[in-house]
Order: sequence, then structure tokens, then C-alpha cells
Amino acid sequence: MTLTLDAKIPSGPLTDKWNNHRFELKLVNPNNKRKFKIIVVGSGLAGASAAASLAELGYEVEVFTFHDSPRRAHSIAAQGGINAAKNYQNDGDSVFRLFYDTVKGGDFRSREANVYRLAELSGDIIDQATAQGVPFAREYGGLLANRSFGGAQVSRTFYARGQTGQQLLLGAYQSLANQIREGSVTLYNKMEMLELVVEDGRTVGIICRDLISGEISAHAAHAVVLATGGYGNVYYLSTNAMNSNATAIWRAHRKGAAFANPCYTQIHPTCIPASDEFQSKLTLMSESLRNDGRIWVPKAYDDNRPPGEIPEAERDYYLERKYPAFGNLVPRDVASRNAKLVVDEGRGVGPLKNGVYLDFADAITRDGRDTIEAKYGNLFDMYQRITAEDPYDLPMRIYPATHYTMGGLWVDYDLMSTIPGLFVLGEANFSDHGANRLGASALMQGLADGYFVIPYTIGGYLSTFLGQPPLPTEHEAFENARRAVEERTRTFLSTKGTRSVDYYHKELGKLVWDNIGMARNRTGLEKAIAEIPALREEFHSNVRVLGSGDSLNSSLEKAGRVADFFELAELMARDALHREESCGGHFREEHQTAEGEARRDDENFSYVAAWEWKGPDTPQELVKEPLTFEHVELTQRSYK
Amino acid sequence: MAQASADTDQAVATRPGAEAGVVHRRRSRRKLPWPIGFYRTAVGKKWVMALSGIALLGYVLVHMLGNMKVYLGPEEINSYGESLRELGGHLVPRTNLLWLMRIGLILAFAVHIHSAYSLTRMNISSRPERYQGGRDYIAVNFASRTMRWTGIIVLLYLAYHLADLTWGWANPDFIRGDVYHNMVESFSRWPVAILYIVANVALAIHIYHGAWSMFQSLGINNPRYNEARRVFAGAFAFAIGAGNVLFPVMVLTGVIG
Amino acid sequence: MHITLKVWRQTGPDATGRFETYEAPDISPEMSFLEMLDLVNERLIEAGREPIEFDSDCREGICGTCGLMINGQAHGPQRATATCQLHMREFSDGEHITVEPWRAAAFPIVKDLVVNRAALDRIVEAGGFITARVGSAPDANLIPVPKESADAAMDAAACIGCGACVAACPNSAAQLFTAAKVQHLNLLPQGQAQRWSRTQEMVETMELFFGSCTNYGECHEACPKEISLDFIAMMNRDYVKAMLTNRQRDGQKKVG
Repeated sequence: MTLTLDAKIPSGPLTDKWNNHRFELKLVNPNNKRKFKIIVVGSGLAGASAAASLAELGYEVEVFTFHDSPRRAHSIAAQGGINAAKNYQNDGDSVFRLFYDTVKGGDFRSREANVYRLAELSGDIIDQATAQGVPFAREYGGLLANRSFGGAQVSRTFYARGQTGQQLLLGAYQSLANQIREGSVTLYNKMEMLELVVEDGRTVGIICRDLISGEISAHAAHAVVLATGGYGNVYYLSTNAMNSNATAIWRAHRKGAAFANPCYTQIHPTCIPASDEFQSKLTLMSESLRNDGRIWVPKAYDDNRPPGEIPEAERDYYLERKYPAFGNLVPRDVASRNAKLVVDEGRGVGPLKNGVYLDFADAITRDGRDTIEAKYGNLFDMYQRITAEDPYDLPMRIYPATHYTMGGLWVDYDLMSTIPGLFVLGEANFSDHGANRLGASALMQGLADGYFVIPYTIGGYLSTFLGQPPLPTEHEAFENARRAVEERTRTFLSTKGTRSVDYYHKELGKLVWDNIGMARNRTGLEKAIAEIPALREEFHSNVRVLGSGDSLNSSLEKAGRVADFFELAELMARDALHREESCGGHFREEHQTAEGEARRDDENFSYVAAWEWKGPDTPQELVKEPLTFEHVELTQRSYK
Repeated sequence: MAQASADTDQAVATRPGAEAGVVHRRRSRRKLPWPIGFYRTAVGKKWVMALSGIALLGYVLVHMLGNMKVYLGPEEINSYGESLRELGGHLVPRTNLLWLMRIGLILAFAVHIHSAYSLTRMNISSRPERYQGGRDYIAVNFASRTMRWTGIIVLLYLAYHLADLTWGWANPDFIRGDVYHNMVESFSRWPVAILYIVANVALAIHIYHGAWSMFQSLGINNPRYNEARRVFAGAFAFAIGAGNVLFPVMVLTGVIG
Repeated sequence: MHITLKVWRQTGPDATGRFETYEAPDISPEMSFLEMLDLVNERLIEAGREPIEFDSDCREGICGTCGLMINGQAHGPQRATATCQLHMREFSDGEHITVEPWRAAAFPIVKDLVVNRAALDRIVEAGGFITARVGSAPDANLIPVPKESADAAMDAAACIGCGACVAACPNSAAQLFTAAKVQHLNLLPQGQAQRWSRTQEMVETMELFFGSCTNYGECHEACPKEISLDFIAMMNRDYVKAMLTNRQRDGQKKVG
């Protein structure tokens, strides 16, 4: 049976859709809310904010996180800021402009209605965060400060030094802590969700492994909310945290949740390049650096001179040369692709020739060292701590790295996946960013989903189940799922192969990066589709997981995650191969203009590609959700 | 880990695994009158320790300044001793005011020692297993690390000091009321002089950390004068140490006596 | 580089632990300390021995998951640096490095170098929040916050909750963590309504788990975010005021 996708976009004019929908949604009587149990998996911005607001409403909420504390979720690492259409700066911002910028930034591959709702809610997020005590930057008059971010033409980004993600997460975490204290949220830490339990076509609960005791337990609920983040670690090297993984959403996908647009991954242009083969992760440097730094490489191939000895005439400021209007401020994907181009040509810099220079010499001469230090001091210190090079004297070396994944589980306007009762929030869903995400929009989406969307939409779903208790965990659906998880764990422990989990993760990462990375082509994608299953087979027959299953065992944890990455990587390749166009983060070399720009094909590919699981040995089936644009005009980007 | 809300007196309920082994103390169920309730907390004890410390600092300062009258000769110091007993003049019976002060001092000592004792116990129980590979400290100094030991030295010395110069049990040539004579007799014996010097160096070291630390405990803090707190503590400790150590030195060198 | 590691191995919370020595040849000075441990683990797995368990996540010094006692110093020798951002170039070739878990009664060892820091969450749950129901917040610019207050609050809020302050404190006190959490909210106008109940609850919950502050200052030296001791003084000040104010409010409740 083929899935039919109904996005359930409310009727009416764009500006009234959310308002009308909120009225149309059925409500749950306050006294009845406590009879509904909701499981939230993940405690980042989306998960913590959803859990806190659902508990405030009176639902019985259980939060599961594999971290030791909810505050450690990777939302904490977001540096730059959060967008909101407050127009505090009087510079022409509006809800419609934020909506327009987001749809355009997403290269016209997102739903208008979702994005408009996001823009509408953006201001409420700032109000909520401020009331919680998030110490946003202020002007001397005590009112909120803003900055322009990621090439936006208005200043709509709110920030807390370089730690906006941390502060917003602490705000959500503290609200969650408040609810834990009230007894309305039960927190399960160090618990990893390893299976979704579906019975009679509905989500009824999850199976978890206690990472400390190894115990596998079943948890039942009326609805399950997944807020488990993105899958960037499929590349092995990314700016994601070491433990970020796709297991929760992948397990849900295998149980019937369609996976949308897996090939839309975002590469961030300003990360510190890998220093050696043992590099475990990449560190992002805020995009704001491109406001003052100039990007260049030597004109000559294999130029081994130190940067200071390369005269001005022998440097290639390639972004300024190719894009005179935007120069170093071209969008993320353009900057990233061009860096890859020059490095592939053999003009990379640094000991491994795997970076490009980001040079502040001119800015320091122009504005003085103090000004640059005031703007970027923290970032310069961080760079120096990692590389032991002083960016005031030597140009920084940067290179793109995977940063965010726009794809994720398919959800309708209510954020419900194709399995009834399974809601997906934040980076884990595909909903708002289309093919490319604007800077400072990830925090906005996570919090909008958690604070302001799910509290309404989940009620509409739950109201039909009044009087029905959650399925008992003794039910055979739970038993079967539990046994499957136990079996999987046992298999990893008894494989007794010769290579570590990390070895296979690295091999997979290389394959994915080389073939489904910044620029893709048919040959590479077909190669990936051919080679990934072979490597996966080897992984399953030759992985070595030592230790036991009844205590903390990080190799065992990683084994399950890497196994899921293998399957996901294959789907990414298939999605990238089928999408015969270039859009946003997905760049197909076959589809570019004469100037090397992305060429979209709106005629044939203006749809969401949702993939339906068809069993372990059958490729997923593509189901399309057509995208229509009534309020924005589809244009080709140009940064010349 | 499912757990009870944080403000109950129940031990945090544990889920096997994730929360196992987190040790905590039980909170008292009874609501106590606020001075006692305050003193039951560690922050409260530190306030009490700081306030009693201030009283004791005042005492050691006045004690030292008063004793400096020894440089002016036997009459001055002896009449100083006598006038302490006659504090309050004819308004109160003789020695009553002095006793009142002594009681205050004894109380200050008692709470200073008790708070130190119970905080030490609390701190030891907070790390039952020490670092097996050793520690490399950065900020601690000799004074802050040895507060417990310098405190005990000063306390033991105090007992001897009272027996020697107040009650006279430890001083064979003790003459009640002749402060000058007792001091010279006592300090001209080498072991006593050395004991006195060691104890006062310990006292100075104790003050060096205590006189800074009390500002933090009391929350007297402002980046504008935080540096001055260290200077104050150093100067105070030096003044007390030097002033007191000079007495036996002067006796031994014959300047006094 | 060639490094000799002395690492604490302990199979579980109740097991007896001991140091094991591992030779780590061919270490690149560009590696981070945790990447060095990754490599040691990789070699252990190759040799069929169980790898060393240690905590880490973001590896960019913000999530607070990692934390090791390295040569007797919390997060190792480099100032203002979490373990994940410490690099091997801080050490010399041939050096012996001792690695131990955080130690405190409130941080029981889970396995090897991993400890359970749930006690820190208990402190936050006691009052480290501003109760603001979603939907009830006024416009963000309705409450002007003096820039100085916002900056000071941010200085406190920079805490990453790694527990290095507890690990470094000779008394295992959590004063720096608690003070940072209390003062982040107490310094802001939004935090005033719950200021006194927050201060009392958080301090008293802290004392259920941790030791007392004797102003050694080790916590500040170990803190990857260099949180100031000033916040501890502020918390001490607020605590006394809280005791008095809360008592007064209790009285008012009885009258009303």
C-alpha cells in the first residue's frame, strides 16, 4: 500500500491559517489533560520546550535523554543567534519579510504555510525567552540589541554573546526543571530510545536502553514526540556533537514514518580544518567572521610559502573575484562550494592543504586591532586554543563542514509524522527550511515547534482518545519490540569481528563526504549506492564490540547508531540521485549554469521527496508532496 | 531517573542505574526558629564563623595593643590590667563588665570552633575517596590549606597561655596582678618563648586567610575594592604576628625586664 | 610524541578501582586530549581489551559533558579550557600523565572515568528557574534590563555545568556552580519575584549533596568559563537576606 501524504494545510488566507487552525483544533478539557501521557524523546531546544509547555498544560510528560543532564543537548553549541520579526530596529522587517527570506533562502523547497507560521511565532519566542531570564544582549537603554546575520538585509537576530544556543537551551531546561520540581515531568536521563512501538497503526510507546545498567525497558504513552536532532554525523566529521545520531528517527522510519528530503544537508563554510587523521569532530567558527575577513588562496598550485610571504599579486581572493557584489558574504552553500573547488584544484593551504585563508590583516589595518578584538575576541581565542596559531598575525585557515540537516521525518502542518501519534520537532523533522536553512533560524524553529505549535496540535490528536488508557507494556507489541532490541544488542556483542565501530563510522563518513557531500554527481552517487551496502555487510559481520550489555558500554551505543547511519546514508544517496536539479544544500554538478551556479528545476522537482520504508531488503519508495507557491515568486538566486 | 521533587525531605528516589549512588544528606523535617535554622546551613555557619572571627580579630588586636604598655614599664601595664577589671567605673560592680566581655569572647570562640568542626566533618564526608593520583593545587596557599591546623595550634596554645599568664598554674613565679613580672618571668624561659612565637606565627597565618575569607563569607564584595581585602588581611596578619612575636623577643634580648 | 598514561579503571559504581598504565606512542601534538584517548581506545580494542570509558559530547567546550582530572588538575593544565579543548601540545614528549575521574560523594563513579553528576540538576530543579508559563510573557522590550545587569547575568550564565568546580574544590563544594545559577537569575529584573525563595532553596539543596566553601579559590582556577568568585559572595549575601525575607513573608501568609 502506498502512502498518501496529506499535509493538512488549513484553508484560508496565508495570514489567517494558523489562527483559524487553532480555533478548529479540538481542545482537551483541563481535567482530562492529566489522563494523557506523552513521551518526549530528546531534551534540546525543541524537546525541552515541548516537554515544559505540555507539562504546564497539565499533561503527564516523560522526558527521555541519553545525556546525563537535559542541558547537554547539542542545541547548546549554537553560537550566532535567533531570528525574530520584531522589527525593533525599525529597518523594515516584518513577519512577511522573514517568511519571504526563509522561503527564498530554502530555495523554494519548503511549505509556505509552515514557514509563515514560523515567522509569525518568532516574536513570541523572544518574549518567552526574555521572561525566562535569557540574558540577551542589550543596548545601554536596557532594550534588546540586534545584529544582522548570515547576509540578511535587516537586523533581526537576537543574541547572547557567542552563546545564544546555550542560553536559550538553559532557558528551556530551566522551565523543564521547574516542571520536574512540580512533579508534572518525569525525567529519564542516560536512557536511549532504541525502538518505536506501533500497534494498530498508532504510536503507543518506545523501547529504551538504560545506558548505565543496560536494562531494556518499555514505556507506553498516548503520543510520542521525537526531538532528537539531525543526522549530520552520518559524515563522521561534522560540527555535531560526538553522540548526535539518527537512531530515534531512523527507528521510527523503519516503523512507517516517511523520511523527507534526506539529501538536503547544510555545509557550513567557516570551520577549522581537520589537523590530522585522528580528528574526531570539526569546530565551527561563527559565520560573522566573514563580515571582516577576506578569503583567499595562493594563485599558484602547490604554493608552500607561508601566507605572509605570498605577495598581494599572487593571491586569489576568489569570492571577491567571482561575486563582486556579495564578495565574501555569499550564502553558505556558495562559499562552501568555492572553497572545495580551490582545495580540489590543489590550491589548499595549511599542512594538509585542506583549507583556505580567512585573512583579517586588512580589517586590522583599517579598524585597528582593538575593534577586531572587541568583535571577535572570543572566536580568535578559540581558534588559537585549537590550532595554536595567532589569527591576529596569521590568517585563519577554514574549510567547510557538515553542520545541519534540513531533511528529516516528514510531518504534516500539525508536526505529526505519517504514523498517527508520532510527532517530530526541531531538526529531526523536515518542515520549515526547505533545501537550505538561513543562519539563526534553527533555534527559532526548534523553539517555535516546542513552545507554540505542539501544545496546540497534540491536543487535536489526543482529544479522540479520551478514556482510553495507554497500551499496557505487557502487550505483545511491546514485548516484540523489546525482544528485537535485545536481539540487536546481543548480535553486536557476539559478532566478535576485528574492527572497531569507529573504524566503520570513519569509512562510511569518507564515502558519504566524497559522494554525497558539497557537490554531487551521478557517478559518485551511484558509486555510493553500490559501495555502502557492501561496507554495511562488512560492518555487521566484522565489527568488534567488547564488554557486556549490562553496564556502560559506549562502543555498543555507537554500534547501533552507526548501523542506522549506514541505512540512512544509502537513502541519502538515492534521494540525491533522484533529484535531478540543484537547490540549496543539494548541488548536482550536472545541473549548474555556465557560471557554476545552482540550477533549479521547478517544473519537475517542486515537491517534497518523502521515502517510505518497504522492508530491510527493498529500497524505500518515493512519495511526493507537491509544493505550491501562492505568495512568493520563484526566482533564481544570483550573487554576482 | 524518576525522582521526588527537590524540596521534600525524602531521599531522592532512585531508578536502577542512572541515579544510583548519588549520596546526599537528609534535610530536617522540622522548621526551626530562624537563627538556628540559619546556623544549620553551611552558608549560615560561614556567616557565624566570619562574625565570630571579626570579634576575635578585634580581641587579638586590642589585646596586643594593650600589652604594648609593657614597653612603658611595670606601672603602666599593671594599672592597665587593673583597669580592665574596673571597666565601667563605679557604674557596675567590679569585673562584671570584664566578665561580660569574657563571656562574649568565650561564645565567639565556641561558635567559631563548633562551626569549623562541623564544616570540616561535612567537607570530609563530601569526598570519601580522595584523589588517588594526587592533586596539583593552583589557588590554595599555605594559609588556606592549614586553617584547621593553625586553628588547633592556637586553641591548644590558648589553654596554655591562660594557665601561664591568667591563672598562673603553669608559671611557678606567678604573682597575681603583677602582669609585668609574670610576663618577664614567663618569656625569659626559652621553651615558653619559642612556644609563644610558634603559636603567634600560626595565629598570623590563620588570620591571613581568615581576614580575607570573611569578606567572601559575608558577601562583602565589590570589584572596586576586592584587591584591598587581600591587602587588609595581609597587613592585619603581619601586624598581629609581628606585634605579638616581639614581646618574647624583647624579653629575651633584655629590652623588657 | 610518546606518552605514558596512568588511567583510573573501575568496572562499576561499587567495584574497586585501580590505576592501569598504558603506553601511547605516536601521539600527534595536534590531537586534542580526548582524541588521544580515542586513539588509545582504538588500540585497546585492536588488542582485544575493553576501551576506557570517558564522557564527551560537543568537543567544543560548551556542553560540559567531558571532564577529567589530569595530573591532579580539573580539565588539565591549560587555563579556561575544558578537557575537550586541551591539546597534546600542552604536554611534552615522554611525559607521564595521570587521568582520574572527578571525585566527590555526590558524583559517584559510573565506570572508569565517567561520573554521575545528577546532583547538579537537583540544585537547578530546586529553584534555578523563572516561572513564566508559555504564552504569558509580555513583550520582550517591556522590561528594560540595564546593560550592566544583563552582562553580569551573562557572565554567570556562561557556566557549562561540567562540575570542575566541585572536582577541584578540596571540600567538594558546589558553591561556584550554584552561585552562577542563582546569580544569573537574581541579577535580572525578571528574576526578582522568586529571588528569595530561589536563593534559599538552591543553597539548601546544594548542601544536601556537597561540601562547604572555605574560599580556597580552586574552583575559579579550574572553571573553563572562568566564573568569578564574586558570584559566591553575592550568593552568600542573598542567602542571609533570603532567610530574613522568607521569614517575613511566612509571617504575612499567616496574617493573610
